[in-house]
Amino acid sequence: MGEENEAGDVASSADAAVTITGVTKRFGDVVAVDNVNLEIADGEFFAMLGPSGCGKTTTLRMIAGLEFPTEGSLKIFGDEVGTLPPNKRPVNTVFQNYALFPHMNVLDNVAFGLKMQGASKSEAASAASEMISLVQLGGMEKRKPSQLSGGQQQRVALARALVNKPKVLLLDEPLGALDLKLRQEMQTELKSLQRELGVSFVFVTHDQEEALTMSDRIAVMHEGKLLQVGSAEELYDRPVNRFVADFIGQTNLIDATVADADMIVLANGTKIMAPNPHLAGTKVAMSLRPESISIGASDDIPEEFQATSLQGEVSNVVYLGHSHVYTVEVDWMPLEVRTNATPTSQVYKPGSQVAIWWDRRSDWVVPDEGFSS
Amino acid sequence: MTTVLATPELEATNERQKRRRGFFLALPAYIYLSLFFALPLLIVVVYSFATRTRSGGTALEEWNLESYRKLGEPIVTDILLRSLTLAIITTVICLVLAYPFSYFLATRRELTRNIMLVFVMIPFWSNFLVRNYAWRVLLGNDGPVSQLTEGIGLGETTILFTPTAIVLGLVYGFLPFMILPMYAAIERMDWSLLEASRDLGASGFQTFRKVTFPLSLPGVIAGSILVFIPSLGAYVTPQILGGGKKTMLGSYIVTQFLTARNWPVGAAVSTVLMFVMLMATLIYFRKGGRTL
Amino acid sequence: MSTTQKELRGASRWALSLNAVLVYAFFYAPIALLVLYSFSDDDLVGRWGGFTLDWYRAFGQNDEVQNALGVSVRVAIISTLISVVLGTMAALALERFRFRGQRVFDALLYLPVIVPDVTMAVMMLLFFTQGISLLDSIFGIQLSKGIATVALSHIAFSISFVSIVVRARLSGMNEKLEEAAQDLYASKWQTFRHITLPLIAPGVIGGGLLALTLSLDDVVITQFVAGPGSTTLPVYVFGLIRRGVSPLINAVSVVMLAASILLVLLSSLAQRARGGQAT
Repeated sequence: MGEENEAGDVASSADAAVTITGVTKRFGDVVAVDNVNLEIADGEFFAMLGPSGCGKTTTLRMIAGLEFPTEGSLKIFGDEVGTLPPNKRPVNTVFQNYALFPHMNVLDNVAFGLKMQGASKSEAASAASEMISLVQLGGMEKRKPSQLSGGQQQRVALARALVNKPKVLLLDEPLGALDLKLRQEMQTELKSLQRELGVSFVFVTHDQEEALTMSDRIAVMHEGKLLQVGSAEELYDRPVNRFVADFIGQTNLIDATVADADMIVLANGTKIMAPNPHLAGTKVAMSLRPESISIGASDDIPEEFQATSLQGEVSNVVYLGHSHVYTVEVDWMPLEVRTNATPTSQVYKPGSQVAIWWDRRSDWVVPDEGFSS
Repeated sequence: MTTVLATPELEATNERQKRRRGFFLALPAYIYLSLFFALPLLIVVVYSFATRTRSGGTALEEWNLESYRKLGEPIVTDILLRSLTLAIITTVICLVLAYPFSYFLATRRELTRNIMLVFVMIPFWSNFLVRNYAWRVLLGNDGPVSQLTEGIGLGETTILFTPTAIVLGLVYGFLPFMILPMYAAIERMDWSLLEASRDLGASGFQTFRKVTFPLSLPGVIAGSILVFIPSLGAYVTPQILGGGKKTMLGSYIVTQFLTARNWPVGAAVSTVLMFVMLMATLIYFRKGGRTL
Repeated sequence: MSTTQKELRGASRWALSLNAVLVYAFFYAPIALLVLYSFSDDDLVGRWGGFTLDWYRAFGQNDEVQNALGVSVRVAIISTLISVVLGTMAALALERFRFRGQRVFDALLYLPVIVPDVTMAVMMLLFFTQGISLLDSIFGIQLSKGIATVALSHIAFSISFVSIVVRARLSGMNEKLEEAAQDLYASKWQTFRHITLPLIAPGVIGGGLLALTLSLDDVVITQFVAGPGSTTLPVYVFGLIRRGVSPLINAVSVVMLAASILLVLLSSLAQRARGGQAT
């Protein structure tokens, strides 16, 4: 990253909720977070996504103050907070599995933060009850956490953090402990709560679907490195490398070598039209989403798709109601193809010889870096 | 806000501070145990190499192995052998009583199990001296046991002040030490393994021998050590129920200090006893035991 | 598990139940008889001669017994208080921190639990004898064995038991709760005061009751380190027993037994409080 760019970061960080510059965290010899630069805007619903051990939780914990960075700068609304203890930071956290205090009732749990900040008992209690009603738990003030369902505990955890009016709310796998139906409900609820409050939510998840549905922007992390930050569409359509392409949604990754700025060569020698910025001879992978591929009889390829087509044999087909998922064996690898199922659509049985083709704008060439999933 | 930027040096300083906090938290107990436990232990070892003076004092010079040589004399080896025998018999009896008991306990419903456990905990926590004294009363000349055996025509019971009475007292005293770890091991066993074994055609006895017993072995070892070790060093029981006539190791050590005034020999026996205990404990932890 | 239970049928099931009944009878019959005889109006300890409370009256009026009881209670309270504080601090240090010398400390903390009481008695005797004569010869301070030496010895073994019980409780406690408190603006001390301490309280109380029991029960070590005038109740009773049995000892024994049982019940309540796990 060049000098100018860094200067730009600093200039824009005054109004950013969180600015992370060159942050690294080492635990002994293990680099948990490796030179991460990241800016989270005020009022943004921001997700940190990656497989377990990728450094996303450590990054969140550093924003919360539960870990200090080994080096680098961490600012909240322009103030350097990297080495400030958690109780001195204007952020609050919804913990994984909630970490509700088991010896306190709901009201005391929610009022805890206010009391610690010196609010009087009655002030704290009234603000806490208000927040408890906001998360729709009115009437449950006297219950102990163990007497609540998972969804209710989740709401208490939210109320306990939000009652302090944090400048940024941090959520560590907030929905991980809930069953599917409840999780979907809470996703919508969290999103509307965030819109209502206008506070930045930063949440950590390993579930890409959750990240895609809820967030304004997503940061994908892997092995301590920040790979890409962008909207759901950007990550899905224009992944920066093989790992992101594979991690976000389903895709076919086809190894290839760059021929020139418009063409790549696949393993069996087939030339495919694929505009790319790489030097000739570079090893790359082509990401091809299953739903972008069309399937038809071998001699059926429309003229304009001749340069973006392959021949193969259907080895398996699964009917999913709204679509058919084919496994098509091209010369050297199986590819997944997904077509809309309509009453009129032609179905190809296993063993059929078929052609597959796609729009040249829907393939995407990524550098074949060492990442693999 | 005056906050310093994170640097590796600062992180190292923070870590050192955290370590120091932990160290200072441990320090009072550390100092206490060093002074009032480790140092006394060291003194005992040192005394075992000292010389007994004619007047019964101890000369802290002319270090020698005389006391350890004394351990080879028949008087001491007799006591050692008797202690070992009684401790082993005690351990075996406890094993035989406790295993089926623990198995029974572990297979009860939770409520029943908890109630039964409390009634094992009560003797576990009750005053050891008093519990041994109860047997002294029971086994006494005209005591209830004697009355009972006479009543049914078996004649007077005269086991008080015999090795049998000592074993009885030790079993009574230490049985809970066998039951509790054994119960814990059986209770956390994966019961579906037993069903799998039966399903694979093993008989009830085969299942016990090949599956149940090996799985409960850590509890068996822990319990055996917890019974064997205090039995070997027992002092109160032989005094009360053995009448102090046929001494065991514990009584022998006490005698060396309080009456015979041969401190180096007493220290040497103590040192050996301590060494045996340490070895046994190490074996216990090697075999996967976690808590005592 | 129910299927496993069903498989135990016939003879083996009967044998197991019978064994359980016998074990409980073995545990409780001697105690029950002792209690019974303590109310017996007969100079012989093991014979029933009608109901009386005389032996308990004698217990109340015997000065030596009363003195010994006083010493026992004082020693137990002092040693429990100190060992609870030191043991809890040690448990916190071991469970929540990493520091230099930790493994040595851990081992040192376990040793008093495994060393037989006769050996520990010998250790304390030699230590205090040496220590007292050393203080006399170097500083001219005249000290003798007494309540202090007894309490110091009891603390030496109680710290370990307290720390084991408290550690078990601490390791079962979610560390995230402490982080959550700090995230909610609690300082380190407030976190300890409002979160850690209330949650480990059952362990601390349980450890304290264990220390109390151990101190009240100890005979062997106390016998070695007590001086004239610092005889505890068990040591006094032990002395009496060696001279012979008497109905008075029966009564004293029953009182000691009752105290032990009360402490077990209290500690099992403490361990169960707030859904805590026992050790």
